Amino acid sequence: MLRKLFPHPFLSLALSIIWLLLNNSIDAGHIVLGALLGIFIPWFTSAFWQEQVVVRRPWLLTKFVLVVFYEILVANIIVARLILTKQSKLQPGFLHVPLDLTSPLAISLLANTISLTPGTVTCDLSDDQKSLLIHALHIEDAEATVAEIKNQFEKPLKEIFS
Amino acid sequence: MLDIVLSILIILGGFFTLVGSLGLFKLPDFYMRLHGPTKASTLGVGAVLIASALYFSTNTGDISLHEVLVTLFLFITAPVSAHLMAKAALHIKVKQDKRTLNKSDQ
Repeated sequence: MLRKLFPHPFLSLALSIIWLLLNNSIDAGHIVLGALLGIFIPWFTSAFWQEQVVVRRPWLLTKFVLVVFYEILVANIIVARLILTKQSKLQPGFLHVPLDLTSPLAISLLANTISLTPGTVTCDLSDDQKSLLIHALHIEDAEATVAEIKNQFEKPLKEIFS
Repeated sequence: MLDIVLSILIILGGFFTLVGSLGLFKLPDFYMRLHGPTKASTLGVGAVLIASALYFSTNTGDISLHEVLVTLFLFITAPVSAHLMAKAALHIKVKQDKRTLNKSDQ
């Protein structure tokens, strides 16, 4: 019964919270409206969410988000320096990152994290979903870059979603 | 004290947005230029948003949380649009800079 009412509890919760944030208020009326949105939107969109989203270790997810913020900060400074000082010596290139992840949600989170980090943009996912094609602004050591992505982003995602 | 922190945050945000725009303007090929906006939209906008949240939370007395939403939507949309543009560029075989390593097949 509860499963039927909330096919995607995380989505429901997120939608309700976003509604309250949008209105910047916690009036009773907005809480009710937010709860209704949290119930009905997952119903209408459930065709897009075929598999259940399971977060096994929420505290790891929090840690992952913090690591990503830190990486974004560091990468921003590195890339800003690259653009300002060594623009003519940049070594751009494409990289293939082999994937160990299988869940589509985890893969898309990884791809988005890579794009959010300055200096790398996810360009394509191979047809068999086994590797990502990434464009990097400046490559010093291709293997080290790939290893870093796998270690810092893929490993925690794997622990969270598998 | 707060004014100083706010000023630093806003200047920092402006600086990183400027560098992002510079990159967008000056880098040689499409794929490299794509890195400009993704940068500007993270730390640049992030610093301005933190400044905004601080300012409105302290000046109006209410905690201002709209900035959290801006961050959320930005972090959802920026990588998706960057990915779509890159994928489209690969599809129509946009010219790649001659220094590019492992050029994808053209």
